[in-house]
Amino acid sequence: MKKGVMRAGHVQIRVLDMDEAVSHYKQRMGLLETHREGDRVFFKGWTECEKYSVILREADSAGMDFMGFKVDSDARLDELHADLIEHGLEVDELPAGDLPDCGRRMSFLAPTGHRFELYAEKEVTGRHGVGHHNPEAWPEDLVGMKATRFDHCLFHGEDLDGVYDIFVNVLGFWLTEQAMAGEERVAQFFTCSMKEHEIAFIKAEGNTGAFHHASFHLETWQDVLHAADIISMHDISLDIGPTRHGLTHGATIYFFDPSGNRNETFCGGDYFFPDHPVVTWDADKLGKAVFYHSRELNERFLTVTT
Amino acid sequence: MYRIEVEGTGVEFECGPERSLLAGMEAQAKKAIAVGCRGGGCGFCKIRILEGDYDTKKMSVKFVSHSERLDGYALSCRVFPRSDMRVVALEDVEGNKIIDTGIIKL
Ligand code: FES
Ligand SMILES: [Fe+2]
Repeated sequence: MKKGVMRAGHVQIRVLDMDEAVSHYKQRMGLLETHREGDRVFFKGWTECEKYSVILREADSAGMDFMGFKVDSDARLDELHADLIEHGLEVDELPAGDLPDCGRRMSFLAPTGHRFELYAEKEVTGRHGVGHHNPEAWPEDLVGMKATRFDHCLFHGEDLDGVYDIFVNVLGFWLTEQAMAGEERVAQFFTCSMKEHEIAFIKAEGNTGAFHHASFHLETWQDVLHAADIISMHDISLDIGPTRHGLTHGATIYFFDPSGNRNETFCGGDYFFPDHPVVTWDADKLGKAVFYHSRELNERFLTVTT
Repeated sequence: MYRIEVEGTGVEFECGPERSLLAGMEAQAKKAIAVGCRGGGCGFCKIRILEGDYDTKKMSVKFVSHSERLDGYALSCRVFPRSDMRVVALEDVEGNKIIDTGIIKL
């Protein structure tokens, strides 16, 4: 947190059919529905303190509308607003309440075609079912995969150097991990916390604004297997897993929501402190970097986006 | 059960009305159309329908525009057969573009 950006706070995902999507995110992933307004439904994982982290919007296409990062104070918003403008970006200031129960937001379009935003305030409703005063270990009313929190997103795009500049040099993120094809960085993972990444980008020539996945945290490998069972029991579209990544070393499973947006649930993996060296994977080890066990790249995982 | 023919590939499979063409193909372990998200969002399974009746579920307009729909383009994971059908895949299973053999040329 070099410049006050704390974490990935929310993501708005487009879905083709709201009823199917709500049933997937609520019954299967185990997120909690916390709000509804207009054409949008709001959710959070049970350990999250803010009122929501996932927003679904019914639309004519799948994909991601925007991803928001929480900063540590309102004053910081103005500082970063100025820094983003100085960097040459057009920044829209959206008033408090434009997103329900959320303060003002600074929104900008990154050169990869993805919209990101910063905010400093959102209603804090606390941990679901256990609260913050002599809390029990976990709530007993969870269903499905019991995802604990929205964790990170991965996007595909062309101008990786452009978004590197914004996240590292303007917003104060650290590069934690990268994959290199010779001199060219083809995958980059950024954090602003102790998490291995809050956001990542993969090079995809000519793919603009593409959404690869939104990821949700689970506690254990047993929970990843349990998620895999839920996927089979309910005939959810499986992408790949359960397996482990070389990149980040997380144990993971990927699947698709009913509109074709990719979801990940994962546990474990590396952590980060600012004195950690950047981890680098070479192009000829990409199979292992992506799928640590099969060591084989998979066409669908590498190219399907919404 | 309806008979679905994927033109130019020699692949044929059977598909009931409750199953999408892509799910029908996968259920018989055939490979003629690329399999992506299976949810109408990614465009991987795009086909053009040459013959047959069908219903569709909502498909992402990012991959099938309104005018394309009128020309018989569709995402096969969102197409439910109502008769025997003849379709052409726009990409082969390796993701190479296939030249459209339909009535209206690409
Ligand atoms: S497989 Fe993704 S749109 Fe059909
Ligand atoms: Fe991930």
